[in-house]
Amino acid sequence: MYQFLFNITGNEIIAGLITACIPLVFILIFVLFAVWFERKVSAHMQDRLGPMRVGWHGVLQTVADFVKMLQKEDIIATEADRKLFSIAPVLVFAGSFAAYAAIPFSSKLLGSEVEVGIFYVIAISSLVVAGILMAGWSSNNKYSLLGAMRSAAQIVSYEIPTALVVLSMVMLTGTLSLDKMSQMQTAHFWDWNIFGGPTFGFAKFLLIPFMFVGFLIVYISTLAEVNRTPFDIPEAESELVAGYFTEYVGMKWAMFMLSEYANMFSVSAIITILFFGGYQSPVGYLGNTLGAPALIPFEQGIWFIAKGIFFVFVQMWLRWTLPRLRVDQLMTVCWKYLIPYAFINLIIIGIITLL
Amino acid sequence: MLKEYFKNTWDGIWTVLIGMKVTFRHLFIPAVTIQYPDVKVPLPERVRNRLYVNMDDCIGCDQCSRACPVECIEIETVKSIPGEDLGITSNGKKKALWVTKFNIDIAKCCYCQLCVFPCPTECIYMTDVYEFSEYERENLIYKFATLTEADVKEKKLNYEKFAAEKEAQKAAAAKAKPETPVQTAT
Repeated sequence: MYQFLFNITGNEIIAGLITACIPLVFILIFVLFAVWFERKVSAHMQDRLGPMRVGWHGVLQTVADFVKMLQKEDIIATEADRKLFSIAPVLVFAGSFAAYAAIPFSSKLLGSEVEVGIFYVIAISSLVVAGILMAGWSSNNKYSLLGAMRSAAQIVSYEIPTALVVLSMVMLTGTLSLDKMSQMQTAHFWDWNIFGGPTFGFAKFLLIPFMFVGFLIVYISTLAEVNRTPFDIPEAESELVAGYFTEYVGMKWAMFMLSEYANMFSVSAIITILFFGGYQSPVGYLGNTLGAPALIPFEQGIWFIAKGIFFVFVQMWLRWTLPRLRVDQLMTVCWKYLIPYAFINLIIIGIITLL
Repeated sequence: MLKEYFKNTWDGIWTVLIGMKVTFRHLFIPAVTIQYPDVKVPLPERVRNRLYVNMDDCIGCDQCSRACPVECIEIETVKSIPGEDLGITSNGKKKALWVTKFNIDIAKCCYCQLCVFPCPTECIYMTDVYEFSEYERENLIYKFATLTEADVKEKKLNYEKFAAEKEAQKAAAAKAKPETPVQTAT
């Protein structure tokens, strides 16, 4: 994409900016959709209707909310640390937006073609912790600080099982590049990593149960990393008002929400790439049957976004199913269950790939 | 020990799946929400809501006002003079009073329905209207009297004239046969 734009415009900066704007536009549209979708899903799971007034079944509700948010006064508490307080939401959003740089939406829309894609994503998404701590600390508020501390403890803990599973996937595929990982899981669903990868043989069937275990672990731990229920203790509204963004209003608050939903999609995208074939179609391409290869990247984009939204839906589904964990339970799940399983899984996958 | 560990893991996953099954089923159960301003719940038969007075039937007897526990009904009447025809009510009672004022302060009303029962002509009753909020409290004082202000003045004047005439007649009569002991001492 960047190369294509560079050839057209002949200017690095313009090409770079346009390439960077594509995920940004995608995030904004996705958030507008996802907030509405979440409210609808939660409502229907509780036998309610949810937003129904603004537009068809309330589709424009988020737009109306956004306009309201824009009009709000930007309040900063007098005791708050003004500089950190204003930087924090930007930093949090920057962290979750930066992860999109390495996510391949289709074989042509790659963003940055870094070789260490997955490593970069894991590293850069830790920036969110810094932003959250900053927000909690600068708010000068007990609840905010507690929320931020909890969030830091949680994200740092859950990064370990995530990294272990990612490591086992890296061992299996032999690459850190997200694009190469997607390419390897060619255009049939039985070639996806969750079904043991593209190479047919004894190892493939041996791998399937461990792939499922790995998928479960990484799904649970990324759920915790994006602070979603049942792991939403940093923003537990019944205990901490709103956690680390208690003091925020208007657009700064919206930035936190934006980054939360952007994170939801980016972890879903990572899971899709690791286990579910990335942008590859499960059943083959329309472009191939019609003899129009120009169609394929668009199809891939649609498949990728559809897979991502499916996992976002599962996150919402879990959110409206499970109650919140206690802090000690949260740590138990991570250190006593996920990490040992991830370790054993890593070792077994390592041995199988060596075979 | 290890057995318990695996059992915990399995229970954790399995119970989450059961919960997810329940919520997924609820996703397709029709919502119980009633879209209120568009769809309204049918009211029970004997609901008590806003009061209404059918002034054609009101004889100005003031019984509803006296029954009211919060004194939200205000009635003023003027007697009619002979020769004025006020018409009859729907159940055949002859009207004898001009009702010059019939105000119900619906903000005070407690919807007890006590005013409805004493009414001899059944002209005050509860309707099924329940959406009548206002921005000004004054707008909640409902004026049911049908007479215009000029009418009211005229009726009052008529009656005063009539009363004065009667008084004059009485006085004349009293002059005609004076010193009649009204009360006899016992």
